[in-house]
Amino acid sequence: MKNKKHLLSFPYLFWSAGFILIPLCMIFFYGFTDKQLHFTFENVASVAEPENVKALLISILLALISTAICVLLAYPLALILSRSAIKNSGFMIFVFILPMWMNFLLRTLAWQTLLEKNGVINMILSFLHLPNLNIINTPYAIILGMVYNFLPFMILPIYNALVKIDPNVINAARDLGANGLQTFLYVIFPLSIPGLISGITMVSVPALTTFVISDMLGGGKILLIGNVIEQEFKQANNWHVGSGLSIVLMLFILLAMGLTAKYDKEGGSYF
Amino acid sequence: MLTDNKLIQLDHISKSFGGQLVLDDLDLYIRENEFITLLGPSGCGKTTTLRILGGFETPDQGTVWFDGKDITNLPPNKRALNTVFQKYALFTHMTIAENIAFGMKIKNKPKSYIDDQIKYALKLVNLDGFENRMPDSLSGGQQQRIAIARAIVNEPKVLLLDEPLGALDLKLRQDMQYELIRLKNELGITFLYVTHDQEEALTMSDTIVVMNQGYIQQIGTPEKIYNEPENAFVADFIGDSNIISATMIDDYLVEILGARFKSTDAGFGKNKPVDVVIRPEDVELVAPEEGTIRGTVTHVIFKGVHYEMEVMANDHEWLVQSTSMFPVGTPVGIKVDPFNIQTMHKPESEDEEAIGVEE
Repeated sequence: MKNKKHLLSFPYLFWSAGFILIPLCMIFFYGFTDKQLHFTFENVASVAEPENVKALLISILLALISTAICVLLAYPLALILSRSAIKNSGFMIFVFILPMWMNFLLRTLAWQTLLEKNGVINMILSFLHLPNLNIINTPYAIILGMVYNFLPFMILPIYNALVKIDPNVINAARDLGANGLQTFLYVIFPLSIPGLISGITMVSVPALTTFVISDMLGGGKILLIGNVIEQEFKQANNWHVGSGLSIVLMLFILLAMGLTAKYDKEGGSYF
Repeated sequence: MLTDNKLIQLDHISKSFGGQLVLDDLDLYIRENEFITLLGPSGCGKTTTLRILGGFETPDQGTVWFDGKDITNLPPNKRALNTVFQKYALFTHMTIAENIAFGMKIKNKPKSYIDDQIKYALKLVNLDGFENRMPDSLSGGQQQRIAIARAIVNEPKVLLLDEPLGALDLKLRQDMQYELIRLKNELGITFLYVTHDQEEALTMSDTIVVMNQGYIQQIGTPEKIYNEPENAFVADFIGDSNIISATMIDDYLVEILGARFKSTDAGFGKNKPVDVVIRPEDVELVAPEEGTIRGTVTHVIFKGVHYEMEVMANDHEWLVQSTSMFPVGTPVGIKVDPFNIQTMHKPESEDEEAIGVEE
């Protein structure tokens, strides 16, 4: 019985060995060797080159901004949906994540068309005699693309954390004298932090590493760290530097996740 | 001590959810220092009544009076009563001390007062030293005590308890019943207790309110409810009983399953259809020729304190509890003392009809 159940995990083990573990090993192998396959730290150290530092800083900044915007948009929405008397709030969530059913590239391409100098949005604005919107090929367009694409990943975990709160726990806070705001600050919000943390992780990681959104909405003018890595692999054909930079990026992500997890655990006192 | 001062009055309360009437024109008063229990099957409206008192529901019609003031539309945080919820509803992200302190911190009580109250409350519920534990590390019974401690430190005039022992196992439940009585006596406040467990209700209450389908079936002391149920629903819900259709031949004479029994009840009129309730411990098994009705024992179960037997007599299966055992197949006679036959009006209208116990 036990052995047979054990067998069920084999496809996944095979999958993760073949497509996660081995590529990861290859990244580390390339990242710490030069073209003659001698051990070196140079690839990793190349992150310190001015243009790479700039790309990394912009990436972090844009990821932070878009994550923050996602939190500000998603939290109130998730809160309203989770507390609403609507029986079908599950259906409402479905509507909000519906765009996820369309291909990510297509959606980003659609924004490109919408935001273009002579795109749909500007046509409508001109028709209404309003000033044109010139954000294509700027960081604003990239932030917009990130927020649009990653928002569902913020809404879902927060919503899930909120609906899991026992209504009687909220009633208990009210019963003990807390008004609506106090109930939110001391009970609802702290209990939703795990969902918020996973939302932040799920948005900030792809936002930090994306190169497609910056490519399509940034017009190649704004290089994110993802673009730099992509170029090393595809244009410069230098797998060694590309892998070295990937390792640095991975470290940043692990560090960020470690910090959030730590905060999550420590978040004990609420007064 | 129990006084006649009516602390809470529910006045013509009606409430429905999605077109389903849950409470229909309910009137009820609760006296100061009373231990009052709302008892009934699920869906009888007992929890809705508690939630209306707590402020978590607003009645569609009617008024809630508390200490002479209309509190019908007052939010829960402005009411001088506290609730102990089913399944505890502790704040899992706070320590036990923070849980208990919650209400007092909201009211900006000084820290020394809060610390004293935490100590006092933990002592009261026999959990001293639990200040820094997290709720998840406590057993169900301990969590329930913390929920009680968290409520009583706010010195409410009334404590509402919503099936607080429902999730505990039998032994713990019985211990907690004594704890609650002790707490009630030490605190000297009013307890409104909601349960579907008749044993809990009988053990703890000063007054029991038996409810079914949004109506109050009977209000009275535990003894009164048990010994003199007003209708078949109450009789059936409280304890085991033989409920039999009968005819009141005349004052003090009732015909049950074709046999005439002496009764202590009068005033029903002549040849009136009634229901009679005979508790199983009140059915006496005697030699066949000595009984009012003859029958045969069909089942015997040993229950510890007594034997529970089923006796087929005049096409009715009688439930009998006795300390002496009669083997299956024994012909027996059934005797009932006149004062052990409780006679009840048969429900005459739909509304009056007491509907079977779901469970």
